[in-house]
Amino acid sequence: MKSPRKAIAIAAVGLASAGLLSACSADAGTPDDGKVRISVASLIPGTEQAAFDAFDARVAEFEELNPDIDVEPVEYEWKATTFTAQLAGGTLPDVFRIPLTDGRTLIANGQLADLTTQVEALPYFDQFNPSVLATAQDDAGNIYGIPREAYAIGLHYNRDLFEQAGLDPDDPPTTWDEVREDAKAIAEKTGQAGYMQMTQSNTGGWQTTAAAVSRGGRMEEGEGDTTTVTLDNDATKETLEFLKELRWTDNSMGSNFLFDWGTINQAFAAGQIGMYTSGSDIFTSLTRENNLDPAIYGLAAIPITDSPDAAIMGGGTLNVVSAKATDEQKDAAVKWIDFYDVSKLVDQDAAVADAKILADQEQAVGTPALPIFDQATLDQSREWIADYINVPQDQVSYFAEGNEGRTLVGEPTVKTQELYAALDTVVQAVLTDQNADIDALLAQANSDVQALVDAG
Amino acid sequence: MTTLQRPARTPRRTPVSWVRRGGLSNLLFMLPLLVIFGVFSWKPIVEAVVMSLQKTNLVSPATFIGLDNYVKVLSDPQLGQAALNTLYFAFLALLFGYPVPLVVAVLMSEVKRMRGLYSALAYLPVVVPPVVAVLLWKVFYNADPNGPFNTVLGWVGIPPQPWLQSAASAMPSLVLEATWAAAGGTIIIYLAALTSVSPDLYDAAEIDGAGIWKKVWHVTLPQLRGVLLITFILQIIGTAQVFLEPFLFTNGGPANSTSTILLLIYRYAFQNSLGGNYGAATALSVMLAVFLAIFSLIYFRLTKSWSSN
Repeated sequence: MKSPRKAIAIAAVGLASAGLLSACSADAGTPDDGKVRISVASLIPGTEQAAFDAFDARVAEFEELNPDIDVEPVEYEWKATTFTAQLAGGTLPDVFRIPLTDGRTLIANGQLADLTTQVEALPYFDQFNPSVLATAQDDAGNIYGIPREAYAIGLHYNRDLFEQAGLDPDDPPTTWDEVREDAKAIAEKTGQAGYMQMTQSNTGGWQTTAAAVSRGGRMEEGEGDTTTVTLDNDATKETLEFLKELRWTDNSMGSNFLFDWGTINQAFAAGQIGMYTSGSDIFTSLTRENNLDPAIYGLAAIPITDSPDAAIMGGGTLNVVSAKATDEQKDAAVKWIDFYDVSKLVDQDAAVADAKILADQEQAVGTPALPIFDQATLDQSREWIADYINVPQDQVSYFAEGNEGRTLVGEPTVKTQELYAALDTVVQAVLTDQNADIDALLAQANSDVQALVDAG
Repeated sequence: MTTLQRPARTPRRTPVSWVRRGGLSNLLFMLPLLVIFGVFSWKPIVEAVVMSLQKTNLVSPATFIGLDNYVKVLSDPQLGQAALNTLYFAFLALLFGYPVPLVVAVLMSEVKRMRGLYSALAYLPVVVPPVVAVLLWKVFYNADPNGPFNTVLGWVGIPPQPWLQSAASAMPSLVLEATWAAAGGTIIIYLAALTSVSPDLYDAAEIDGAGIWKKVWHVTLPQLRGVLLITFILQIIGTAQVFLEPFLFTNGGPANSTSTILLLIYRYAFQNSLGGNYGAATALSVMLAVFLAIFSLIYFRLTKSWSSN
């Protein structure tokens, strides 16, 4: 006869297993208070507390205006690698941000919510810059995102290092030759990198493309399946030769050559880099995440050559909503996007309220940007918040002045990230191997990316 | 005369007899383990093999594409370089990482005083979280003449080294940190094994006139060979799967000089923000697992006679 102890032990193990199984499938449950809940991308992890306080203040204001909506902020930073994992793992917030270049592919993959009804109902719908809005539309014209901001690549420089090197910080370089001369002077006089470029996590390709565009080059021709990859164009070669000269002839690029968007901002804010190119809107990040002293910051236009095709490269971000969102969540999401990001560009009260909170928390107001509507609307919104602007406008005025009358072009549209990744390798080789064969490296990268484009 | 004998009657196996013999209670006791392994280990493995035959972005429905992912991976020009880099890492790790813990363990076993302190010091790097250790070493490896390591080299008249910033020195730099980080664990294993070596053998060797090196060669190493063979294969498997160091130190750079098989798998899955190629990533993972399994089998077959005393 079985002993009772054995029977009890068996029963206990059985119960434990059942409990384990049920725990796996347990649903946390959501309180049924009739509210619509949305999680929204807030700020980059590591941002200082004052910025989170400013964000929370905006959330509280929004929830007061919309008592039926519950907003849950989630820290968020778009990075190619983490974004893919979050997208696949289903851990992105309901409202998040993506680069303009990714819009059309994510739409085609069915990964974004259709917001046509909600966006068309916005009072300023007709005013969107059509070419910017197009990045959030499918072929049938349905809308899957709301433009958030647009920027152009600019030349960021450290005014303090300029002065130490005997250069005039109020006379930033306007040609690539001047960039080279100034970089050499900074490196010689201060021991810091005179000029540096991002090289990692696809940002090396991003900035090489911007520099090639400024010399009249384009990385792709045609559209879709018929795209021809042209990253081995003369302007790209010129860009890489320029880097090679700075690195190996002038020795003006310092000693660290593995930088991505975050680490180059860190190094610049720490006074280790004289000049580098990046989006015109990074002042906010430089001060908020890297404690940059605003007094040393300068922003100029990226130099462009005499080539008729020479242009400045722009970019931007879209606010989008998860494909899994319900209709109620989509309504709430567009209300939030309108409240937090867009209405401040077209509505005086919203503009002032936003600027006041940011300024009170000593956050950047008045970072140089490009219009997502039109230039007049952007200028008007800047006038409304003139009293709160704290970004030193005289130190960034060279950006707007230098870009007057220039052509703005977008990033390559087909296999953008793969193209950038291939160029990362080329830039790294040029900066770390004195004998790097630029022609051969570019030819290899070109055929690799073309194969990816052809494969679809 | 022979007679046909009926074979002894074996009791029939019925569900009731199975329960009586304790089959049910065995099963119930094993159930939690089966469930945990099944859900968290075996199911993902099977799913990975299935996924290696699919085209999927984990959001849209997956489609079966046969062996296309395997073909794509095998024809990728980056695979050759990643494999060579991984072999190079494994080779350097064997060169430095395999003998160093053994030498340290033998030396420590000779020390009579404060052995506990030395053991703790040797094991300390293992306690440091790997990510913290890598970020710390990244600071040490600053290629600037004022970087910590370069400053030390400067004291003895050696010019600043590029460390991670050159294709030639990046991989050895990674191995140096990896050896520092992992040696402690292996030293402890060797020290434990050394205590099992009979002192009589050393005494006998000493009477025969053996010095310290002869004692190590003729007594210590033969006595440790079982452990040595196991740590060797464990190191090979570990280095074939190296990811943390190249990912955090250099992200595969400069110019892919430190991109390894696992980093390539990661890139297939996550580099493209528009939906990773999870099929190719799992296909390469399956190939690596199969390769390591076959390698281990051959290794154990070849070393079977050496490892038995």
